[in-house]
Amino acid sequence: MRRLFYFKNNQFINNSKSIPVNCFHCGDVCDDTSILIEDNHFCCQGCKQVYLLLNENNLCNYYDLDKTPGLKAKGKFLAERFAYLDDEATMQKLIRFQSAAQINVSFSIPQMHCSSCIYLLENLHRIEPGVKQSQVNFQLKEVFIVFNPQETTLRKVVELLAFIGYEPYISLQDTTVKKASTFNRRQIYKIGVAGFCFSNIMMLSFPEYFSSGNIDESILKQTFNWINLALSVPVLFFSAADIFIAAWKGLRQRFLNIDAPIALAIVVTFARSYYEIIGGHGAGYLDSGTGIVFFMLIGRWFQNKTYDSFSFDRDYRSYFPLGVTVVEHGAEKNIPVTQLQKTNRIIVRNEEMIPADAVLMKGTANIDYSFVSGENTAVEKRKGDLIYAGGKQMGSIIELEIIKEPSQSYITQLWNNDIFVNKKNEDKSYIHPWSRYFTMALLSIAAGTFIFWSIVDASKILPAVTSVLIVACPCSLLLSATFTYGNMLRIFGRNKLYLKNASVIEALAKINTVVFDKTGTLTQTNAAAVNYEGQPLSVRQMAIIKTVTRQSSHPLSKIIAASIHAGTDSLLTVNSFKEYTGKGFDAMVEDMPVRMGSAGFIKADAFITQDTGTSVHVVMDKVHLGKFSVKNQYRAGVAEMVTDIKEHNSHLYVLSGDNDSENTNLKKIFGDNTPLRFNQSPQQKLDFIKSLQQQGSNVLMLGDGLNDAGALMQSQVGIAVSENSAQFSPASDAILDGTKVSLLHHFIGYAKAGKKIVTASFILSILYNIVGLSFAVQGILSPMVAAILMPASSISIVLFVSLYSSFVAHNKGL
Amino acid sequence: MSALFVLIGISILVAGGFLAAFLWSVNKGQFDDDYTPSIRMLFDDELKKTTTSTIPKTINQTK
Repeated sequence: MRRLFYFKNNQFINNSKSIPVNCFHCGDVCDDTSILIEDNHFCCQGCKQVYLLLNENNLCNYYDLDKTPGLKAKGKFLAERFAYLDDEATMQKLIRFQSAAQINVSFSIPQMHCSSCIYLLENLHRIEPGVKQSQVNFQLKEVFIVFNPQETTLRKVVELLAFIGYEPYISLQDTTVKKASTFNRRQIYKIGVAGFCFSNIMMLSFPEYFSSGNIDESILKQTFNWINLALSVPVLFFSAADIFIAAWKGLRQRFLNIDAPIALAIVVTFARSYYEIIGGHGAGYLDSGTGIVFFMLIGRWFQNKTYDSFSFDRDYRSYFPLGVTVVEHGAEKNIPVTQLQKTNRIIVRNEEMIPADAVLMKGTANIDYSFVSGENTAVEKRKGDLIYAGGKQMGSIIELEIIKEPSQSYITQLWNNDIFVNKKNEDKSYIHPWSRYFTMALLSIAAGTFIFWSIVDASKILPAVTSVLIVACPCSLLLSATFTYGNMLRIFGRNKLYLKNASVIEALAKINTVVFDKTGTLTQTNAAAVNYEGQPLSVRQMAIIKTVTRQSSHPLSKIIAASIHAGTDSLLTVNSFKEYTGKGFDAMVEDMPVRMGSAGFIKADAFITQDTGTSVHVVMDKVHLGKFSVKNQYRAGVAEMVTDIKEHNSHLYVLSGDNDSENTNLKKIFGDNTPLRFNQSPQQKLDFIKSLQQQGSNVLMLGDGLNDAGALMQSQVGIAVSENSAQFSPASDAILDGTKVSLLHHFIGYAKAGKKIVTASFILSILYNIVGLSFAVQGILSPMVAAILMPASSISIVLFVSLYSSFVAHNKGL
Repeated sequence: MSALFVLIGISILVAGGFLAAFLWSVNKGQFDDDYTPSIRMLFDDELKKTTTSTIPKTINQTK
């Protein structure tokens, strides 16, 4: 919420004598220093109210655990906001368990960010006695609440959460979390079982290693072997089941994936071991066989540890309100948004979202489309105007008539596009061609061994061929990729780039074209630079401007008012004030007539031609003093990032939904040879990406608004830029924190380096395989050699790729 | 040497006990969240403090 200001006149800065005071609750700078309790300043009444509530309930420990932990209070929301939670059908979808005395419900609260949040959310029962228990899962950003329906209601609990700043994210779509956790548990069971069996088999195999197979008491040896056999059964049928299923699925689609040779090696290892043990010929290779499975499972678990609290697949339904108030024959009624139909009359209140394209029937609309376009200035609409879905009403209550159903609206039509129906083809990973060569090479070596021994010594055919297949297990190949990518995902995450999965790294390494959205991506959403040009202003004139702009509800006025640090004590009395919607206002401040507004409004003909809609002119006492222009603030470091990407032979494009007022500024950053496209609709953005791809480009798209959703989905890698990673972002392959956009070139470079790391470790594991195979083809692979070689190669490769990828990241400054 | 058979049997039983304990704890959700409990224990001191001073709390709530 910081605003940055640059002034040409130094007097603006000189006048801000007072040291900025930070809000005790949320940490924002307080414009108004008059709100205070016991020496604690608050930025607004909302934050003060939250503090008072916590203070009453002895919860002020909240402020001791972390400094300024609070989320800026949005003030009092209208009581009807959560009215839809009284609807029985909606409630049933959210409730996990219900009885007469208790209801269990789980909410997703993406705003939670520190230990104070956990403290407050787990002490809800002290504010609302109806809440019996609340438990936070910080990683999932969820709170599990048990409350007594006789004492409180679901709606009241949600209203309390919203009041203290933790408004739950409620969507009827997101019910998959529960499934994910049971899936993870299954994975952990498998690892646990494999680890237990592997270590016990290893221990029972020691006598075999040290005596080189010549144990005096054969009964002891037999017993150990049979125990090993028993221990290996759950590994084969339970732990390794996924590998067999994946291999089988690949084969059925006539595709030799990496799991096929692994499954083959496991089958051969276990079959030969069982044959040896049951026939009493030897001890087999069960230690190596279970070891393979154990390491493989660990590798996969490591790679799949993704960001549970992020959702990468949201569609428009997750953003839209669940309930809507319909007016029928003069009576208001809450219905689920899915039942909304054409010609319905709906009521939209302050801060509520428009659920479908509609025509304004009553009231003055001030629509904030920042959610759709990323543009942070609200647009004023008048009776009869068309309002698109996705906008947020700022101000008073309005009444709308729906002209299109939610699913057919302008912004949601994007989702009817094919790319949302057929999900992006998961690019075949580049370890797959490797694995195919590897499998072919392996099979030919096995065939060569078979032919050689069938000529020389037929009794050695079976041991030699099976040894080849056992020792050359491509698991080290697979481990190198999974651990490299697992570690890279972690390093990206540390730098606030959250990837959906490991295949995004491979796609990122192939990028040669980068497309940027302007607003919200290259510029900061919550920052604006205010410039003043014209005659120098006196202190009194500034006080007048601050006074009058505070009266106006127009967003530009608010920005200008906040930019003048003349102090609130110097506010003057306004004698008259008349605002002309969308144009400007006339005011009388202590006998001084003031008129501010657009060039056309103040009749400053000289400026009309260059007016881009973001300038506010000032006329005092009929003299034109100058103009304030509000500009987007570009992110720091963007220019360096752009230059670096250009040097690495990538093509750059900028697509903006806005007009071309920023053309010259963008040219300064991107140079003259970068194509800049303005006034792009969401569909045009998508089509543009498509046309680039038809020319053979691998496109990376960075965007933030819902209007980029199609383009993000279409491009090879779509990165959603989010000012605050807790906020919701459109469906994408990755989510990037806004402050880290300038690191983009490092991210791409690191992904490219990842490919080299994987290749280097492939070579290393092939060296191991050559050593192992040289034993195997001769038919002299003892269980001892296998037992040393297998874990040694796996562990050394894991260490190699982890250290190497961390080292490269360190070098790149990530 | 026959003592070995007994010992091996016991060792596997003991190890199996740990495996069972591990599986049980996973099933109970003890591994679902490995972050929040480490923060939660920091609140325990504060909880004790407030339970001893319940009188001002009730006064405040009537406000």
